[in-house]
Amino acid sequence: MKKYTDTGKNDTRSGFGAGLTELGRTNPNVVALCADLVGSLKMQDFIDENPERFFQVGIAEANMMGIAAGLTIGGKIPFTGTFANFSTGRVYDQIRQSIAYSGKNVKICASHAGLTLGEDGATHQILEDIGLMKMLPGMTVINPCDYNQTKAATIAIAEYDGPVYLRFGRPKVANFTPADQKFEIGKAILLNEGKDVTIIATGHLVWEALQAAEQLEEKGISAEVINIHTIKPLDEAAILASVGKTGCVVTAEEHNILGGLGESVARTLTHNHPAPQEFVATMDTFGESGTPEQLMEKYGLNAAAIVKASEKVIKRK
Amino acid sequence: MSDTQQLQDFVTQVRRDIVRQVHKVNSGHPGGSLGCAEFLSVLYQEVMHRKEGFDMDGIDEDLFFLSNGHISPVFYSVLARSGYFPVEELNTFRLIDSRLQGHPTTHEGLPGVRIASGSLGQGLSVALGAANAKKLNGDSHLVYSLHGDGELQEGQNWEAIMYAAAKKIDNLISTVDRNYQQIDGCTDDVLPMGNLVEKFKAFGWEVLEIEKGNDIDQIREGLNKAKSLTGKGKPVAIMLNTEMGHGVDFMMGSHKWHGVAPNDEQLEKALAQNPETLGDY
Repeated sequence: MKKYTDTGKNDTRSGFGAGLTELGRTNPNVVALCADLVGSLKMQDFIDENPERFFQVGIAEANMMGIAAGLTIGGKIPFTGTFANFSTGRVYDQIRQSIAYSGKNVKICASHAGLTLGEDGATHQILEDIGLMKMLPGMTVINPCDYNQTKAATIAIAEYDGPVYLRFGRPKVANFTPADQKFEIGKAILLNEGKDVTIIATGHLVWEALQAAEQLEEKGISAEVINIHTIKPLDEAAILASVGKTGCVVTAEEHNILGGLGESVARTLTHNHPAPQEFVATMDTFGESGTPEQLMEKYGLNAAAIVKASEKVIKRK
Repeated sequence: MSDTQQLQDFVTQVRRDIVRQVHKVNSGHPGGSLGCAEFLSVLYQEVMHRKEGFDMDGIDEDLFFLSNGHISPVFYSVLARSGYFPVEELNTFRLIDSRLQGHPTTHEGLPGVRIASGSLGQGLSVALGAANAKKLNGDSHLVYSLHGDGELQEGQNWEAIMYAAAKKIDNLISTVDRNYQQIDGCTDDVLPMGNLVEKFKAFGWEVLEIEKGNDIDQIREGLNKAKSLTGKGKPVAIMLNTEMGHGVDFMMGSHKWHGVAPNDEQLEKALAQNPETLGDY
């Protein structure tokens, strides 16, 4: 199978920070807002270079979303920064009315998504955000997989006119996508061709899917691996082409089984090409404190879980 | 237009528009709409610097945001009669396929509306963002916003009130429709908000009161005074003491007409008290 190399572990939130810094230099309309989490969101470089284009709103996320909506009136492209939990559920109605329904060009940038936030525990580990955001009409939902892709996605969404939810995480993870890869919203990336099973992964689970494919290869199973960085709009053509070939699919995400990528894939298959599917996701549960690795192991979100799910789904063909 | 009688005629026609819109579809919010008829008329007809036509960015003109979106009947009437869209379109209020949704929205592209509102407490934050954008753009025009008093029970307002003063958003004039009424009754019975003037002051705002919020001359004077207070490092609040249902005697001063439409007989009474001036749609 195609080899992918980790060029050095890095956090996706730093990819966001680097992308935002680049936008600060290249796009004078880009402005940034933060609700008292500048360090966590890696926004300091942007602030240092563009102090007049940064708005520190304090611990007041609802106000931040409204200010962001207002900044678009006058041609600005606001990027809001806070944790995923406080970027979505906490301010859902503000996003719904002032941003989504109003069609405002706001980029909601959300760090520390999912279990890998780790020790802070379930109050901060949102596993429902993809579902919340993809249900909003007109909202684009993106969950890149590593530092390079998060940086590229951050830059790409500034060029797109409309509300976007960009989800990324806290821990340092493998950085394996090419630094020069152009990010195309809504375009799946085929990472490995295979014929026995399709593994569709998003975010931190993409690297795990590649590890799983290597382990499956050793067992004589050929796995196709697709990186779905954009959950909405979903690249249905890429999914259908792959599952049409392999006849079964495993979806993998750091999110609740309800409302996540897996359900979007299931809906696509049900409409077009019903096929067996297994879900690697959290099973309608809250998280808990622990290290990211411990949590991903306990809640079944790693390469081993994807291997197991792949073997199971192939038997169901 | 600066003549008070001409403006009074405008207001009277707006009142007719309000009750006729709400009566036709037997739904909508006449009470707060009637109470703000003078304010919005003075604002749009005399005070705001507005460009011809409408574009979303509104650069080089004053902007207005309606936070208490349920008073859409008065907003729609004033917008239509200020030239944003045909007055006849008021006939489509709350009907299927209309741009005049129950609560104002940008979704159907109605000229004059820059944000959806209705879910309360969000408009001040949006106005702050627009005011920030004006500063970034070197645009010296002002941002106006209107809020219900009951709406100030929503916590987001106080995040925004704190932010506005802390960040010296001094190109903003926010008006509170202080009619002491909300759906369930008098604000002092539902959830007393205390002395709102002192609260805004304590947060660092310039505050002025318009004692008679349904008096054109007082509104004109108050808004001009508010304008003179902008650009001095503080946001400006106006406490506008209005009477819910003003101009229709059986609706005046009662929360019962917050969200209830008049029947045929009540409509005739209301219209008789507000004779046609500029021509019905």
